[in-house]
Amino acid sequence: MSETAATQSPWQTVTITRIEKRTPRVTSFFLQPSRPFTYRAGQHVDVRLTAPDGYQARRSYSIASAPETGETIELAIEKLDDGEVSPFFHEVAAVGDEVELRGPLGGHFVWSDSDGGPLLLVGGGSGVVPLMAMIRHRAARKSLVPVALVFSVRVWDEIIFRDELIGLNDRQDGFDLVLTLTREPARRPQDYARRVDVHMMVQTMMRLPEPPGLAFVCGSNAFVSAAAQALIDAGVPAGLIRTERYGV
Amino acid sequence: MVTRGFSSGRKPPTDTDARIPPGQYLEQGFPVLSAGPTPRVRTDDWSFTLKHGPRPIKKWSWAEFNALPMSKMTRDIHCVTAWTKFDTAWQGVLVDDILADAGIEPPTAFTLALSYDGYTTNVPTKDLTAGKAMVALLYEGKPITADHGGPARLLVPHLYFWKSAKWVNGLQFTERDEPGFWELRGYHIYGDPWREQRYTGDP
Repeated sequence: MSETAATQSPWQTVTITRIEKRTPRVTSFFLQPSRPFTYRAGQHVDVRLTAPDGYQARRSYSIASAPETGETIELAIEKLDDGEVSPFFHEVAAVGDEVELRGPLGGHFVWSDSDGGPLLLVGGGSGVVPLMAMIRHRAARKSLVPVALVFSVRVWDEIIFRDELIGLNDRQDGFDLVLTLTREPARRPQDYARRVDVHMMVQTMMRLPEPPGLAFVCGSNAFVSAAAQALIDAGVPAGLIRTERYGV
Repeated sequence: MVTRGFSSGRKPPTDTDARIPPGQYLEQGFPVLSAGPTPRVRTDDWSFTLKHGPRPIKKWSWAEFNALPMSKMTRDIHCVTAWTKFDTAWQGVLVDDILADAGIEPPTAFTLALSYDGYTTNVPTKDLTAGKAMVALLYEGKPITADHGGPARLLVPHLYFWKSAKWVNGLQFTERDEPGFWELRGYHIYGDPWREQRYTGDP
C-alpha cells in the first residue's frame, strides 16, 4: 500500500465515560473521542456497532452538549422497543465500553449565536436534543439572543433536561421555556396541557421582543408536520423554518 | 472493531442481503424526512419547467404533464439515514419522455432538480436518462401525499433518496456539476449507496 492510499477512516473509536438517566426512557451517554473534534450546535453523529460476525448497525443521534463544553460529547438516546441500536445503549452499554462514531454531520439544522435571532425552538420528546445543544451554546457564550423553546412531552416526568431548562429560564436573560404536556395538567403559569397549535405559537412569539429570525422544529414526523404548520399559520415564513424529523 | 455485547440479531436473511447496500437496514414503513415545512401545492397551481441554465425550454401544466406517456417503476430505495425499503411502486413520466416531448437531446452532462420549497439536488444527466429516472405522480397507485413529495417527486432510485427531490417542479441543465441543497451541507456530490457515498469526503 502506498502512503497516499492510507487515508484516515472517517470512523473513530469513542469511549463511554459517563451514563446518566434523564427520564424513564431517555439516558445520556457521554463519549470521549479518540480524535476530538469541534462541532456546531444542532449537528449529529452516526454511531456504528459491529457484531462478532461483522454485521454492522448504524444510527444517527443528535449531539446534546454545547461545543464549548470540551471534548466529551453527550448523546441523549431514547430507548425504542423495536430498535436495534438504542436497546444496546440502554441494556448493554457500560462506562468504559467503546463504540464507533462518525461526525460531526449535518450543515442545515445548526445555530451559532452569531447567526442571531430571535430564535423559536419547538421540540417534541427527544426532538429537544439538538435544540438543547443550541440553548446550552447560547448559555455558554453568554449570548443575549432572545430564545423561546416550546417543549411538548406527554407527562412532567418525561421532560428531558427539566431542571437545567427551568434553571436557565429562571435566569431571565432572554431564554423562555414553555412546556406543554399532552397527558397531564400544566404545572407552571406559562405552560399548556395540549398538543402544539397555532394559538400556542402566536402566544409564544409574543414572548419574544420581535418576530423570530429563525425557527427550528424537531421531533417525530407527525409532531414536526403539526408544529411547522402551526408556525406557518402563526405567520412565520416557511423559509425561516428548519425541520428535523425521525421515525416512520 | 467488534462492539462488546452487540449481536447480529437483525442481520437480514441471506436471500435479501444482496439487495441491502452496506450500512443500510431494512425498513418496512416509509419514513419522512425534509429540511423544512411540507409545501402544499395544488395541482391547479402546479407546473413543471425544463430549463437550460436560466432559459426555459418547455413548461407543462398538471393536465399537460399527465397527458405524457406514463411508465411504472418498482424499485428498492435507500435513504442516507440508513434505511432501505424494498419494492416501492411508482408511476410517472420517465425523464426520457419529458425530453422527447420537449423535442431535445440533453444539452449538458449535468442536471439540477428544482423544487417548490427551494430545494435543489444535482444529478448527472446520464443518471436521469435511459429509463433510470422519472418524475413520479403516483405511489402504490395513488397520488403521492404531500409528506412524500406530492403532487410530483423525482425518482432516481439507484442513488441515495435525497436525490429523489420532493415537490419537484423542474429540471435545469447546467454546464458544471453544481452542488444542491444537501450537497452544499456535507452530503456526497453523487450519492451511490452501493459505494456508500454518504458524506463529503467518502470515496
